[in-house]
Amino acid sequence: MSVRRSPRSGLVLEVDRSTPPVVFHHGEGFRLEKLPAGRSRIIYPPEPIDGLADPEGAISHALHNPTGEMEPLPALLFAGMKLTIAFDDVSLPLPKMRRPDIRQRIIEQVLDLAAAAGVDDVHIIAALALHRRMTEDELRHAVGDRVYDAFAPNGQLYNLDAEDPDGMVILGETRHGETVQINRRAAESDLVVYVNINIVSLDGGHKSTATGLSGYAGVSSHHNPKTMVASKSFMDKENSELHKSNWRQGDVIRNAGIKIFQIETTINNNTFGRSGPLAMLQKREWEWTARDRATFLAMQKGLNVLPAARRRQIFHSWEAPYELTSVQAGEIEAVHAKTIENVYAQHLVPVNGQTDILTMGLPYIGPYNVDSIMNPILVMCLGLGYFFNLYKGRPLVREGGVLIMSHPTPYEFHPVHHPSYIDFFEEVLTETRDPEVMSAKYEQKYAEDEWYRHLYRTSNAYHGVHPFYMWYWGAHALDHLGRVIVIGGDERAVRRLGFSNASTLSDALEMAADTVGRDATITHFHNPPILMADVT
Amino acid sequence: MSGIKALSPARLLKRLPFPYRAPHVPLSVELPPDTRKVGSAFPTAWARRYPTRVARLAILEAFLRPAVGVIAPKQVHGEDRLDGLRGPVIFVANHHSHLDTPLMLTSIPEPWRHRMFVGAAADYFFGNRISGTFSALALNAVPIERTKISRTSADRAAKLINDGWSLLIFPEGGRSPDGWGQEFRGGAAYLAIRCGVPIVPVYISGTNLVLPKGQNKPKRHHTTVTFGHALIPGDKEDTRRLGSRVEAAVEQLGDEATNNWWVARQHAAAGTTPSLSGPQASDWRRTWALGEQNPKRRRSRRRWPYLK
Repeated sequence: MSVRRSPRSGLVLEVDRSTPPVVFHHGEGFRLEKLPAGRSRIIYPPEPIDGLADPEGAISHALHNPTGEMEPLPALLFAGMKLTIAFDDVSLPLPKMRRPDIRQRIIEQVLDLAAAAGVDDVHIIAALALHRRMTEDELRHAVGDRVYDAFAPNGQLYNLDAEDPDGMVILGETRHGETVQINRRAAESDLVVYVNINIVSLDGGHKSTATGLSGYAGVSSHHNPKTMVASKSFMDKENSELHKSNWRQGDVIRNAGIKIFQIETTINNNTFGRSGPLAMLQKREWEWTARDRATFLAMQKGLNVLPAARRRQIFHSWEAPYELTSVQAGEIEAVHAKTIENVYAQHLVPVNGQTDILTMGLPYIGPYNVDSIMNPILVMCLGLGYFFNLYKGRPLVREGGVLIMSHPTPYEFHPVHHPSYIDFFEEVLTETRDPEVMSAKYEQKYAEDEWYRHLYRTSNAYHGVHPFYMWYWGAHALDHLGRVIVIGGDERAVRRLGFSNASTLSDALEMAADTVGRDATITHFHNPPILMADVT
Repeated sequence: MSGIKALSPARLLKRLPFPYRAPHVPLSVELPPDTRKVGSAFPTAWARRYPTRVARLAILEAFLRPAVGVIAPKQVHGEDRLDGLRGPVIFVANHHSHLDTPLMLTSIPEPWRHRMFVGAAADYFFGNRISGTFSALALNAVPIERTKISRTSADRAAKLINDGWSLLIFPEGGRSPDGWGQEFRGGAAYLAIRCGVPIVPVYISGTNLVLPKGQNKPKRHHTTVTFGHALIPGDKEDTRRLGSRVEAAVEQLGDEATNNWWVARQHAAAGTTPSLSGPQASDWRRTWALGEQNPKRRRSRRRWPYLK
């Protein structure tokens, strides 16, 4: 029997002549690129830390031994009460995890306790804010068939409708004038139990309820260019204006008398499995076995002959064998502090100094294209929003530096999921790429468009305003970077985004030399599995 | 006698003259004692050798699975509750029909499915060499005495569990005579404590409508198999207490399959989980109550017109 060695922490590798080509994710495919020796380094994520041996036991322990000033969950439950359970939507985790989902495990235990206390009035809400409604399959995957079959047919398990005029309430304003809006059922409940999955440090805390259970009035208070440019980064709570705003909203929610029992969880980096067809993606290239190489080559050849839709279908069917690494429950802030420690324990990699050129390969999935197309706006959001902001301290790339990202960037949109994105791309981006300008001129119109509102409420469409938020998500990077180059993208789409397109990494480096010079330093961000750079 | 029954192969065979069938024994002749090993002494070790396992796999996948799929299309619930479970386990299910065993053998997930033996009534399945051989070959059945306490049966089952085989057993001791469950016997709990392995409770529904006791011709109907959380014997737990826990767990799964999971949890918390054995009342009321379990079976068509 083989004994698994303890997981290694992240690695910053200085590239030399013998360094093998490195994998760049490239949408529903991969590229192997050789980085220039002597001036390049690669940041590898930490290996997956061990999951909890007894997840059920850990959840039970967390519910009975809460963190912070909060009674154990059984003490908060009583017959005749109104209980609302809210949970993170389809954007977490990425990719979706193998069954049973953590949310199912937790919700079943919470309901077990509720049943024991004689609670009858229970509503379970997918806290999706302005995201698209989850389909039945997605809800079943998240909460499990047992919970779905028991609650959904009676209308007690549903997606949040942030545009329901009777279903949302305004609780007031923060001292900074930010509107606080929340779902009415949650506001009128004796207890709200929030079930979260923290895949990155952005998630959780007051953001779960203040954003997840809110609508446009509440979300627009912090999802705006000013807040996003000032969040450096939004993955680092201490330096994130986005989080500060959410925390202020959380205070208003607490002062309104809404009692929230927060349950937060963290998962490890076991995104592609320790064995199996994608296992090589979480190994360092020089450690690939003959089998890994053969699998990779076969996969590449196979993917090359498949149409894009089929490739997408194959990749989106992947279910990650994530393992639960921690679960903590109780008072939101105390819980979140522990959660962040556990997220950092898995993701943080110390990095010395900034770089001139940051390279990254963008994978097939982001938070907003589950079972969908990663359209050009989402490519921008994933690269300049999420990956660029995966730092603590200083950005990995210096101010005025160049970001090179690899993705096919198709000029293609999912008409059901992203209807307003199409108009945003054709109407707004053709006129301006300035977040401030588009916010002032177009945001309100898209947010209040009746057709988008109808599609959001009745179909599976993201809210009309959502593409604006995606653009704002990259506002800090747009403000910081000197140039953005996409490798292998669709020329028209990339140009519309305001970026440059290159066919190969060599071409991209040549183009970057115009901005940062010939001897510029290069850092490759080997992500996913997820890593977060702690830049000193 | 109907024409179809008259044409049944068994009846035709009986009507054939000797030597096409076995001879009758003269009444005056005293037969020597039968030395053939049948019943609980039936040898089954051959059924767990590699070639037989391959043959059983072929029978299961090529014949039993399609057959079950056609006559008893199934939905399997609660497989996720087996997540993290390792090693041999004892699957304990309620029992309505001969179809229960093939249904379970095609529903139990890996790694248990192909390293599984089935506890089968020694007097029924191993009463003669033909049915015994078929049961051992197709189902990996081993004989279990249900009419008396047998050390041989228990020792054989315990040895197999200790060798890494999982057991499928129906602790009611026989198929339900009327659609309601019967009291569980303690064999499964005894083996779990003796071998230190978990018991997985399972509730089967629908098979009583496909092939109930007393019928030979199956009638197509959907079925469900609901797996529960594994029950691990406590340090000082006795057979009776563990047996009660198992029975209660199967009852809760029955409630879950009949109503839904939330209602089942509420009933369990309030101690009002419906019993598997149904109401203690007259036969017609028990049959009536059985219909209440599945309202879809009730005719919704109005028998009498409204009078205007």
